[in-house]
Amino acid sequence: MNLKLKALTKSLWVFHAACSPCNNCDIEILDLLTPRYDVERFGMVLVGSVRHADVLLVTGVPNYKTKERLKKLYAQAPQPCLVIAVGNCACGRIMFKDSYNSPCAVDEIVPVSAYIPGCPPKPEAMISGVVKLINKLQGKK
Amino acid sequence: MKLLFNLFNYLVFPGFLFSAIIGLMAGWLDRKVTARIQWRVGPPWYQNFADIVKLLGKETIVPQGAKSTFLLSPFLGLSSVILVATILGVSLRLPQESFMGDLIVVLYLLIIPAISIIIGASSSRNPLASIGASREMKLVLAYELPFILSIITIIIKSQGIIQIGSIINHQINFGSNLASGSGFLAFIVAIFCMQAKLGFVPFDASEAEQEIMAGTLIEYSGLPLAIFRLTKAILLYTMPLLLIVLFLGKDISPLFIIAKYILILVIIILIKNTNPRLRIDQAIKFFWGPVTLLAIIAVGLALLGK
Repeated sequence: MNLKLKALTKSLWVFHAACSPCNNCDIEILDLLTPRYDVERFGMVLVGSVRHADVLLVTGVPNYKTKERLKKLYAQAPQPCLVIAVGNCACGRIMFKDSYNSPCAVDEIVPVSAYIPGCPPKPEAMISGVVKLINKLQGKK
Repeated sequence: MKLLFNLFNYLVFPGFLFSAIIGLMAGWLDRKVTARIQWRVGPPWYQNFADIVKLLGKETIVPQGAKSTFLLSPFLGLSSVILVATILGVSLRLPQESFMGDLIVVLYLLIIPAISIIIGASSSRNPLASIGASREMKLVLAYELPFILSIITIIIKSQGIIQIGSIINHQINFGSNLASGSGFLAFIVAIFCMQAKLGFVPFDASEAEQEIMAGTLIEYSGLPLAIFRLTKAILLYTMPLLLIVLFLGKDISPLFIIAKYILILVIIILIKNTNPRLRIDQAIKFFWGPVTLLAIIAVGLALLGK
């Protein structure tokens, strides 16, 4: 198997891009770092700078301001960069679909690799979503 | 033949390959012990190797308008820290091979990784990186004074020798420097300075992840970031080894060196995990206040022969 790809799947560094969320998804994401779930077992860590990121974790419905920021963040991240949309808002805007301040969904701005629905999704759901993403990268079913 | 042997020393055995592997494993030990202290499981043993290989495969982004030193400075830091690892490794294996004044050379070479970080950060044109660079600069100014004083203590104790091999021989004949009063004080000072040199908590203000987003390393990605992480890893092997050579040189059989290395590593990890981050002004006050005082007392005791 490709060494580069294997190393990438073994050490995913996550940059958390909050596009005007209500903060519930963010709390659940931080739960992943706690002793109960501990995603550092799989080499995943939160990084401070987007230049170090392999995964852009997007939460919330983008509004006119955060839309531009998200576009910039994706351009600043080094390739290969994956995008994960966490929560119902990021997956498909749900009840904010017709809002005056909601120009488009996340996947209309950046290419999303994995959707994790839920309001907010449980940490188990997020881990399962990331495992599915890794399997997809490795070309497994 | 001699050249080939030196090249082998620099690139393979006590030098690059060996020290990188030991340093990355030590970095894993650090992460694992940290995780266990926080009641987590922690990453698998190959985690740091996977990180480095992954970073080598990523895109390298050079920010618009960055100077050429942006890409050169990581190599500067890495090559100098490998040289320190080589000098220390060779003089541990063959104490007669070391040359006059190599302790001074090692002291100078150990500042270069910090300088390379400062150069790289200031040529990246990022405001947060410049804050990180200024903090790193202040930290270097803060810890160099007590560090050099503690090494002067060692030089006085071994009758003015500035050659690493002779310092080891002196300790083999007369007992390790740590066993005396002045040596013990100097060792405590050196531990604090090592913590700052490695950029670990409580002295990691220049790389504060939560505050200035990885500070000095903010614009680095791909290969240069991997080289900076390798430099940090090799420094994690080199600094404890320097302390072993200077303070604990009584018995230098491989098994004892490994035991002493793990002991110092555990001290570093425990300090790292039980302290909050100091502000940069607090760090300078700490180093120029109590730590320098301790180092001056150590020098005085050494002059009295204690």
